[in-house]
Amino acid sequence: MGTNCGSSAQTVCIEERQGSIVTKGKSKSHVSCGNDSLAGSVSQRACVYCGARVVLNPVTDAVHLVHGPIGCATFTWDIRGSLSSGSEMYRNSFSTDLRERDVIFGGEKKLAECIDEIVSKYRPPAIFVYSTCVVGVIGDDIIAVCKEASRVYGIDVIPVESTGFVSGNKIVGYRAAAEALLRLIRPKEGTKIKKNNTVNFLGEYNLGGEKWIVERYLREIGIEINVAFTGDSSVEALKKAPEARLNLVQCTGSMHWLASQMEKEFGIPCLDVNFFGSENIATSLRSIARFYGDDQVSKRAEELIERETSMLRPQLERYRDKLRGKRAAIYVGGAFKAMAIVRQLNELGVEVVVVGTQTGRSEEYQTLSGMLEDGTVIIDDANPAELERFLLEKKIDVMAGGVKERTLAYKLGIGFIDHNHDRKDALAGYEGALRFAREVYISACSPVWKHLRQVLPERERQ
Amino acid sequence: MIANETFRAKQVNENQCNMCMPLGGVIAFKGIEGAMVLVHGSQGCSTYMRLANVEHFNEPVDIASSALNEKQTIFGGEPNLHKAMDNVLRVYRPKVLGIVTTCLSETIGDDVKGMVQKYQNARPDCQVDFIPVSTPSYAGSHSEGFWAATKAVVQHYASLLEKHQGINIIVPHISPADIREIKRMLVLMGIEHTLIPDYSMTLDRPFGGRYQKIPSGGTPTRSIERMGGASATIQFGRTCPANISPGAFLEGEFGVPLYNLPLPIGLESTDLFLKTLRELTGRTVPESLTLERGWLLDAMADSHKYNAEGLPAVYGEPELVYAFTTLCAENGAFPAVVASGTQISRLKDLIAPLFPEDEQPELIGEADFASIEEACVRSGVNIAIGHSGGKVLTERQGIPLVRVGYPINDRVGGQRILSAGYAGTLAFLDRFTNTLLESKYGTYRQRKKQELFEKGGK
Repeated sequence: MGTNCGSSAQTVCIEERQGSIVTKGKSKSHVSCGNDSLAGSVSQRACVYCGARVVLNPVTDAVHLVHGPIGCATFTWDIRGSLSSGSEMYRNSFSTDLRERDVIFGGEKKLAECIDEIVSKYRPPAIFVYSTCVVGVIGDDIIAVCKEASRVYGIDVIPVESTGFVSGNKIVGYRAAAEALLRLIRPKEGTKIKKNNTVNFLGEYNLGGEKWIVERYLREIGIEINVAFTGDSSVEALKKAPEARLNLVQCTGSMHWLASQMEKEFGIPCLDVNFFGSENIATSLRSIARFYGDDQVSKRAEELIERETSMLRPQLERYRDKLRGKRAAIYVGGAFKAMAIVRQLNELGVEVVVVGTQTGRSEEYQTLSGMLEDGTVIIDDANPAELERFLLEKKIDVMAGGVKERTLAYKLGIGFIDHNHDRKDALAGYEGALRFAREVYISACSPVWKHLRQVLPERERQ
Repeated sequence: MIANETFRAKQVNENQCNMCMPLGGVIAFKGIEGAMVLVHGSQGCSTYMRLANVEHFNEPVDIASSALNEKQTIFGGEPNLHKAMDNVLRVYRPKVLGIVTTCLSETIGDDVKGMVQKYQNARPDCQVDFIPVSTPSYAGSHSEGFWAATKAVVQHYASLLEKHQGINIIVPHISPADIREIKRMLVLMGIEHTLIPDYSMTLDRPFGGRYQKIPSGGTPTRSIERMGGASATIQFGRTCPANISPGAFLEGEFGVPLYNLPLPIGLESTDLFLKTLRELTGRTVPESLTLERGWLLDAMADSHKYNAEGLPAVYGEPELVYAFTTLCAENGAFPAVVASGTQISRLKDLIAPLFPEDEQPELIGEADFASIEEACVRSGVNIAIGHSGGKVLTERQGIPLVRVGYPINDRVGGQRILSAGYAGTLAFLDRFTNTLLESKYGTYRQRKKQELFEKGGK
């Protein structure tokens, strides 16, 4: 099973990783996934805290307080490209800065003091308190501290149980964040929820203003976004989430569980959507219109799709001509993103020959596999050695991924498409699709590669 | 003559000025030939450190993790550490494996030294040198992590094989470009030396050739072995705590005389470095360096009046803070705020003598950017010098930032920022002066109109 790992003299693969790498068409088995990262394999994954922070960070007027030693906070200070139409509080990084004595005697008192200081300086509507590895080990009762602070100050002080060592998998952190959000939005017992006709938009983080693009489309067809989870959201707006009629779910990895809980608790049905690439946008707008069962909404959706695609098509055609025959690799965090990129690259005539994710689930890999040609390498929780090997073996022209993969691609003379949380420009919507096409073009076809590839050994030249 | 010293008054750290201890350890190990590094802790730590390093150095920076999970956290991390060592050796084939600890592994009480010993005992044929270092984030910042790892490497290899005329050069956490500049000066003077840790080629590689998982370059371990027999050590570590000072170790263990100098950044400090080299070796300073000194002097005259309008804040790692404060002071731009996320007990005694008695700066130890920002506003700072964290000073207070140090994650070329030697000092000084001019020329017409014309002119 798997590919013939170890065939390359250059790159040695780890035996235990072989089940996580399959070649479509050559192997009957499915890619092994969902495991803890193997010790020493140089996984690209982050931690539980990171997963929680990614999901919650865009809540603009909340204070994000990391209860732990300094590093956890420093490494995540303002590293996301989420934009805000209001408060900039979320761009600050607060840490309880635990020291040796706190680790020995416990950090609860310091946490309480930090909350006191934050409240007296800023009076935020909510504070998310993230637990980290050390806090988990020393056993601080952050729930009790948060509860007491909430009582004293009359604001939401919400524990996020994101102790890092529980798993190397960000998905566990997504779940911790979802639980924190649920705690924030759950109405007080006995409160009657007033329903309205709006939608919540789950799994949208407003990177580069993407929420605003989708909001414009939906408004045009006659639908208002109640609140996004969590892009450009405020604490007050989130608390009104139970009033919405429908939950749109975009990043399924981070939001699926929350959507199902909201369905159970508030009776809000959910609909999977995706606003990356023109095919996905059209499908999403149509299914939203279908849900509302309103002819006017459908009509306006069709008009929007027609107008935007007729503008986009000729522009994409230009890039298709330039990109024909190019070969791409994708390595991203979640399968949702991987699938969206596969579709967009296919629309551009680029052949995807390597796909991997940090946190894909088994059923997602099956869907992904269905979209790919035979011979495509599918890989879960890849490490740099494996990426290097397949980038070279598969003669990749351009790779899509996050920051850590970028420099490796460049060293191998390969173009790189930034598709990560710190991106500053929107890739969603029709204008995002055009920007994506341009990004693929300027990455794959830059004149610099001509010079760079000249000084690479024969094997590494394209 | 004592500077006004303050501390971050609050418990909460709001916008961090420093990074964590294992990160510094990782960077030091990247400067050792054939070395790979393994972080004993949870998976996230190594990934964050990779991210920070990739953004700063713009190079692939592979860091392994023992990826501790809940079970190992309860029963001890030995099996995972051993498995991680197996896998790293297999894929990377390092000659040296640095193993840095984290908050997690330290808190659960893993005896990493013992675990490594056990691993070696079970594999008597293993040729790899394992160097464990204790770097729990709650015990210090990345500055201390860097020194501690460097000392551990020196301690591991240095012996007294033979006395020789070479000089040991021990650098703090500076840019690869600065390391290359220091080496260039040594080569120009014709001085045999061992510089450690030398990540000038491993974390800033020229493009070309076959991709190497462990890039060639770094201080050769054979040279580190000979450090015990060197004629002297020059360590740019005026702020380095004695217990983690590699130079102090060499002096104590092998009697190699230690010259603890400021970084050769700024005229006086570069002079001191070259003077020390001259006295130690009897070599002369070549004409080319004298010319570079002359160009720097020329520039200092050209820009001194502009610089006198600068009221800087300098922040970052203690050694760099000391260097840039010296440079500013010798150019008449006396900093009003001097801050470090790290403890500054050693720094404060060094800072005061650089200033006239009535122009002492506000010193902030264990600073965060909330405290730095408040101090800047209080004293009317109009230019900042430090890493990218200071972008908040620009965004919120309109204070322009001259980027030096680590991390530089919002501009390209962090690895190439040159400030050492006469040439580097000149490059920095021009950037500094031009930042002042850009900010002055960008606003003075409007400001003068507001200040003078609208108040009464006709």
